[in-house]
Amino acid sequence: MDAATALADLTEISSQVEAAVVLDDAGAVVASTLDDAGRSARLARTALDLLGAADKRFESGGRALTQLEAALREGSVFVAREGGRSIVATTTAEPTSGLVFYDLKTCLRSLAEPEPARPKRRSTKTKASPIEETDA
Amino acid sequence: MRRLLVLLLLVGGPILYLSRRREERRERVHLYYDDGSMVTLERGAPEAEQLLAVARGAL
Repeated sequence: MDAATALADLTEISSQVEAAVVLDDAGAVVASTLDDAGRSARLARTALDLLGAADKRFESGGRALTQLEAALREGSVFVAREGGRSIVATTTAEPTSGLVFYDLKTCLRSLAEPEPARPKRRSTKTKASPIEETDA
Repeated sequence: MRRLLVLLLLVGGPILYLSRRREERRERVHLYYDDGSMVTLERGAPEAEQLLAVARGAL
């Protein structure tokens, strides 16, 4: 599934998600629910900053950070990463965290799924019949 | 009139204070790791403040 479709499904399923951005392993924006490219880039930057700061402060025992939630009065910021890709989402205040994480992970996994193979079209080529030229 | 004012202060003050504290306590950061463990950083902890400040910028 392509990233834009996966995000469209996410916002359709989860009413708590206000905005979401998918990032590749280099941190570049792959797809976004926001129309404004600047806001998408800022949200992506936030995700990278949050993951970077959390990794830096709490790296211990070789365990890897997979999910993060920053809960604020005005809303929450969720970040999940899997298979090289990351997704960041902003939600309304006091969201159902488990549900939001589940939806974000589902979105990331749907991106990892290969596109279903299209059935090959049968060749419909027919022999071209020569046009008979007639003298009028 | 003065009694009413004192009564309002006595009742409303603590309610306002407690509701503010409750809201502040709601601000926190949860970190989830691949081994299934989770770390919660409450508001007031320096690590949490840094992460919450970054998150606030996105909302």
